[in-house]
Amino acid sequence: MKTWIRRLTLSSTLAVAALAAGASTAESPRAPLPPAYVVECGSCHVAFPGRMLAAASWRAVVAGLDQHFGVDASVDPKTREAIAAFLASTARSKPTTANGIPLLRITETRWFRQEHDEVPGRFWKEPNAVKAANCAACHRGAAQGSYSERSLRLPKQGEAK
Amino acid sequence: MRSMMLVAAAFALGVATARAETPADFEAGFATEARGADPAFAGFSAARGQRFFAATHGGDWSCASCHGNDPGAAGEHVVTGKRIEPLAPPANPERFTRPASVEKWFKRNCNDVLKRPCTAHEKGDVLAWLMTSGAGGAR
Repeated sequence: MKTWIRRLTLSSTLAVAALAAGASTAESPRAPLPPAYVVECGSCHVAFPGRMLAAASWRAVVAGLDQHFGVDASVDPKTREAIAAFLASTARSKPTTANGIPLLRITETRWFRQEHDEVPGRFWKEPNAVKAANCAACHRGAAQGSYSERSLRLPKQGEAK
Repeated sequence: MRSMMLVAAAFALGVATARAETPADFEAGFATEARGADPAFAGFSAARGQRFFAATHGGDWSCASCHGNDPGAAGEHVVTGKRIEPLAPPANPERFTRPASVEKWFKRNCNDVLKRPCTAHEKGDVLAWLMTSGAGGAR
């Protein structure tokens, strides 16, 4: 019973969130990610759709690609401009900030935390647990930019990281 | 019409200059560069490349941290967990075919692992090691 209520709450929350996303951005139906973006930004992690961060956050990410979360992810200036333009045109309309400062990590944004608060803690904590940046561990359509509930599958214990 | 043909010709030229290379082309290029840096250069070594690939070089990571100890198999990014396709050309024919890509990844990953660019000698040793890994290679 409890689980049923929780499921119902989760799906209605997601439905509202989906509606809000559709209303606040002009990207429906969603265009595929540009191949150049996938090549440059989808090798070490899944190519995150622009809607995951606001424009100010993306600007900060793109400006610091030579020291990107501890690794060198630098790209040539022409490619950087193209990536910046794509992200600016698809960015989330609501700010992704903490204390007024643009967040760089998607996993620290309020929307991400809210969307994932139903995921049991063990998925993040155990050895061999899901790494929060590995969207594709559960979102089977993540490589194509799809995060719909239909393609969602929590991995079995010790299966995916 | 004439301008369209000119555009088509320019495009074809662009495609021709951006032609795919082979791992052997890269090895030859690294050898020329290594000889230029050290006249006593005596060829690349797969064994040396393997040691280089597995070493952390004073930092936290090695090449193998993300590419795996067997470059003939898929690796997994040490931070994000994302699958990384095999690095060894015998297992993945897309590797070492595009100069811009090879240059970009050596620049990034040598900075990550060694905090400096790799030398042509080091790159050639690693490539020699990679060519022995994967489908059809000696294991």
